[in-house]
Amino acid sequence: MEKENRTIPRIMVIGEVRRNTVLPVTFELAGKASELAAKIGGAVDVLLFYDRLDEPVEPIFQAGADRLLFVEDSRLGLFNQEIAVKIGLEALRLYPAQIVLAGATTSGRTVLPAMAALLHTGLTADCTGLDIEPETGLLLQTRPAIGGNVMATIKTPSHRPQMATVRPKTFPKPAPVLRSGLTERLELPEDCFSSRIVPLSYEKVSEDYTNIQDLDVVVTGGKGLKKPENFALLEKAAHLIGGGVGATRPTVEAKWVSYPHQIGLSGKVVSPKFYLAAGVSGAVQHLAGMQTAEFIVAINKDPEAGIFKIADIGLCGDLFEILPELIAALEKEREGGE
Amino acid sequence: MRIAVLLKQVPDTDEVKLDEEKGTMIREGIGTVINPLDLQAIEAGRQFIEQEGGTLSVFSMGPPQTEESLREAIAMGAHTATLITDRKFGGADTWATARVLSEVLKRNGPYDLILAGEKATDGETGQVGPEVAAMLGIPFSTYVSEIDKKNDGVIVKRTVEDGYETQFLPFPCLLTVLNNLNQPEMPTLSGKIRGHAAKLETVTASDLPIPEGELGLTGSPTRVSKVFYPKIQRKCEMYALSDIRKGIQRIVRELKNRAIL
Repeated sequence: MEKENRTIPRIMVIGEVRRNTVLPVTFELAGKASELAAKIGGAVDVLLFYDRLDEPVEPIFQAGADRLLFVEDSRLGLFNQEIAVKIGLEALRLYPAQIVLAGATTSGRTVLPAMAALLHTGLTADCTGLDIEPETGLLLQTRPAIGGNVMATIKTPSHRPQMATVRPKTFPKPAPVLRSGLTERLELPEDCFSSRIVPLSYEKVSEDYTNIQDLDVVVTGGKGLKKPENFALLEKAAHLIGGGVGATRPTVEAKWVSYPHQIGLSGKVVSPKFYLAAGVSGAVQHLAGMQTAEFIVAINKDPEAGIFKIADIGLCGDLFEILPELIAALEKEREGGE
Repeated sequence: MRIAVLLKQVPDTDEVKLDEEKGTMIREGIGTVINPLDLQAIEAGRQFIEQEGGTLSVFSMGPPQTEESLREAIAMGAHTATLITDRKFGGADTWATARVLSEVLKRNGPYDLILAGEKATDGETGQVGPEVAAMLGIPFSTYVSEIDKKNDGVIVKRTVEDGYETQFLPFPCLLTVLNNLNQPEMPTLSGKIRGHAAKLETVTASDLPIPEGELGLTGSPTRVSKVFYPKIQRKCEMYALSDIRKGIQRIVRELKNRAIL
């Protein structure tokens, strides 16, 4: 049974709680959803399901949600995609939505396709832009397309809901607006919690691994570095300015660097204060992962490299000459300053 | 055991161009390869069969030239290969692709284990695997970087943003795999000969109980409404040759202004 009429179009953001906290992408999507809702005279629901939440929910409303739908159950501690799909479908049955958005995280990219398959509707992965088409009220979903230097805008004209996943950090975290909303606890049938999958454990990556998405400075290398050993140059530069090391997909595929360092459409999206790209040509997939950085420096020997088109400063030349010189300059500054 | 692997033939370069009018890929003059992550899936399937016995079947939907990739999969150790091809499948989005693949798997199955790459290098959606599993009504896992057989199922390690998750899935199930799963071996000469000589099965739309309205572009819930080149967003101050040192000083100044240095 539906719990409400369909007069107001609703946008549902399937939020994500991990280790008892709401992931930032949930706020980013609530903010974007509220912009979209304003264009269609609609309202925003945020769905959260978790075993425990260690933080207040007000920021979710302040980010743009009109209503919080939540499921709290001790069986939701470890991620179980089968249960997540059932909860998502049940929530949509009770609270139908025109548009469904989720983070393009390992969870969102797992749960949403299964939901879309069962709902017989379209889903667009890894959107970098969302808007409403004025004439039709349809969701315009923009993403980098087929391996090349192009973007595609995709619509779901007649199937509902219109579904999209969006990479974390694609949209800014909205400035909080003082507002509140409704909170509704979803009481779901027992079947929603039954699953053939048995989650066994979660293990945080050891070593002193820091998520590059959380850093103010990211220094990234591409195939132009020629050899895996040469990433040491980047590490040195990154260390001097308190940054982390990023990598392009080809270098990760060649196993020069591990996957958590990959920046781009199939890796992480970063939005640091300062981004340095060395030996990176600038494929659209990579640009999609870093173009919102505040300040971008590119080093490349090819003056036509795509990376220069989105850089603030470009150094065109041999990175094996330029990087050591840059490192020396940074070292000098640090010695002088301390 | 019966194992199925879903594979996709992809361009062997990132430099594919789009026809801006039609919104389709310009394929002329571009070589093709098996999607790299699907090679991982084939190798994982091969190792399973080596230990447990059984058959490894590969499936691919695409234009007729996809046959080459299927023969390569046989050279790598697959026992049977099915080419799913029909003009009516053209322009399928992930939903319409999964619709066809799931029907073919039902028709040729059942399979204990279905494997696929986590995503293809061309579309990069990663959606078809989970969509197929949902349509088949079987449990699935994604981002799998380790698989161990355990009783009547598998224990998998999923690589997620900040670590690893371990899950048990009973057979039948579907897994999409990452590139650190194993090291696919190059086909041997005898493998290549086997691949060359193999008889492939071909499945077309008329072999499947799918209404025409659910096939290809017509059956795709999504539509590409526009393709465009992203606009240049920044004005780049370029430094080259003897100016490089000036550029470095400019960077140092910027870092100081931003309180990073």
